[in-house]
Amino acid sequence: MTTNSLTTSQGAGRAGDKVFSGAAMAAGCLILAVLFGVALFLVVQAIPALTAPAEDIQGGNGFFAYIAPIVVGTLIAAVIALVIATPVAIGVALFISHYAPRRLAAGLGYVVDLLAAIPSVVYGAWGAAFLAKEISPAYDWLATYLGWIPIFEGPASATGKTILTAGIVLSVMVLPIITSLSREIFLQTPKLHEEAALALGATRWEMIKMAVLPFGRPGIISAIMLGLGRALGETMAVALVLSSGVLTASLIQSGNQTIAAEIALNFPEASGIKVNTLIAAGLVLFVITLGVNMIARWIITRHKEFSGAN
Amino acid sequence: MSATVVRKRSALTKGQLPKFAPYIVLAVALIVGAAIMALIGFNAFGWGIVSAILFAVGLVSWSGAVEGSRKAKDKLATCLVVGSFLIALLPLISVIFTVLVNGIPGLITPGFLGTSMNGVTGAFDNKAVEEGAPVLGGIYHALLGTLQITLLATVISVPVGLLTSIYLVEYGNDRPLARAITFFVDVMTGIPSIVAGLFAAAFFFAIVGPGTKTGAVAAVALSVLMIPVVVRSSEEMLKIVPNELREASYALGVRKWRTITKVVIPTAISGIASGVTLAIARVIGETAPILVTAGFATTINNNVFGGWMASLPTFIYTQILNPTSPSNPEPSDQRAWGAALVLIILVMLLNLGARLIARLFAPKTGR
Repeated sequence: MTTNSLTTSQGAGRAGDKVFSGAAMAAGCLILAVLFGVALFLVVQAIPALTAPAEDIQGGNGFFAYIAPIVVGTLIAAVIALVIATPVAIGVALFISHYAPRRLAAGLGYVVDLLAAIPSVVYGAWGAAFLAKEISPAYDWLATYLGWIPIFEGPASATGKTILTAGIVLSVMVLPIITSLSREIFLQTPKLHEEAALALGATRWEMIKMAVLPFGRPGIISAIMLGLGRALGETMAVALVLSSGVLTASLIQSGNQTIAAEIALNFPEASGIKVNTLIAAGLVLFVITLGVNMIARWIITRHKEFSGAN
Repeated sequence: MSATVVRKRSALTKGQLPKFAPYIVLAVALIVGAAIMALIGFNAFGWGIVSAILFAVGLVSWSGAVEGSRKAKDKLATCLVVGSFLIALLPLISVIFTVLVNGIPGLITPGFLGTSMNGVTGAFDNKAVEEGAPVLGGIYHALLGTLQITLLATVISVPVGLLTSIYLVEYGNDRPLARAITFFVDVMTGIPSIVAGLFAAAFFFAIVGPGTKTGAVAAVALSVLMIPVVVRSSEEMLKIVPNELREASYALGVRKWRTITKVVIPTAISGIASGVTLAIARVIGETAPILVTAGFATTINNNVFGGWMASLPTFIYTQILNPTSPSNPEPSDQRAWGAALVLIILVMLLNLGARLIARLFAPKTGR
């Protein structure tokens, strides 16, 4: 007699239920353990750098003197990336959700997602080999005519390998993140709001300003925060593009450094206390990005009932 | 008696630009732009930018004069939105063009895909530049390393990620543990890749010994990045399995775990598989975590658990930053771009594969 495989062996089924639900829960707990482990192992390996005598740390002035300039450099690069990427990303999201012909919209969205598919090292190589060269005349122009603004102080880097170039490459990398999240939000705008605005005689821009943007604001903010998290942690674009140096106010001279690039450039050859210093730097980066991401997620969950972006 | 009909313009249609207005403005902008560029030195990119600005200014001011400020603002917004899309396309086109132009010479070099960098020294590269000898060396070791590391990362991440998503959807019931897992999976998606690499390095330094760098360490680092992606996509897919299917199965007396393995997962398998493929595509191009965990190798290493291992992204990185021959970096650049082209092709194939899987294995809903 053949038995249906779904109904065989009662006892095994009960045990199977227990094993299966246990395995599922264990996997979930493993993830929590891993995240906890990330924090724990980073802290354990970082402690020697924090307690070491100041002169052992690179630069000779202790860990905090070492980390402060590269934290600032990281923030500068991330801010440049966001300042460039945010308006473009919102424009692209609006284009796909409200301007492009309906039939093309999905395809165009896929094209923008392709930007996210390109590996970061390829962006780094592109930035170093193509963008830096092409953009250096623009830096010369900035140094000549806007040199009185501290951030454009000359002489401009001849190679173009500056923090501004790195920021531009970063902005290309965060663009798809902000775009796809904002697009999702814009598509969620209640159709009735939009149609009511249009029926009252609003132009398309007025409709977007009155119905779409206010509805999407929390989503846009959290998309920007997630983009910020990505820009803070991105390594390769900066490591390959920037010719690093000490903290400099001018964005068009070589100089500045970010945490991620500092680790990538030095970790492979590091030994002894240097390893601990770099792991401590990684811990600082981890804490910063963790904070940014948690705020972003908190904003999303707080507006969960209005938005679909999670 | 004849009355001449005087056509009056309705107040509602008063002051509209003709339908063909944008085309006229575009043509004028292109011509004027070309003229301006001819004065200051012509290049196609500058011509595009100048024409676009002229087009926007021209159309908006014409519309402002004829239609009033509201319509003009609308036109301005349209120009900006379309413009931002075109701006977003520029880097995409530029990156792909750069990689193709620089990568194809490397890719078609004989032996590029089949040989490693074992024994290829700066002397060979100098010879290649100075005497025109063929560029030696290839990416076989890096390709092999990438495939091994990614495969091991997939083997670790998929069971953990899939089981977690099953827990969240089938067993979680919004319990505190499930909520905590959801929150921290979200947080994990934001971990910088280099921090994931440092974690794996710190973990193995503490467990195995300082300086442990193998393919397996890199695979652990990649898993940290891959697990949250797998969890998120599988969770979404399991959630859209209709509850009726589960209830029908329970009504037949089938146990929960059999229901999940025989009904829920087969229904969602296409989405899960395509999510896993996208997750692989995401981690296969990661450079930073491999850089700090697997070291650099120039030879073929078939053992994931011992010795340094090369990978495509780190190969690109080292060939650019530390050329094999510092005095003649051209052969190294050529190899790096060739490897970049191979990497992009791999990622694009994986993305395409994900779409195909989603389409081919989608559950049959029609009757």
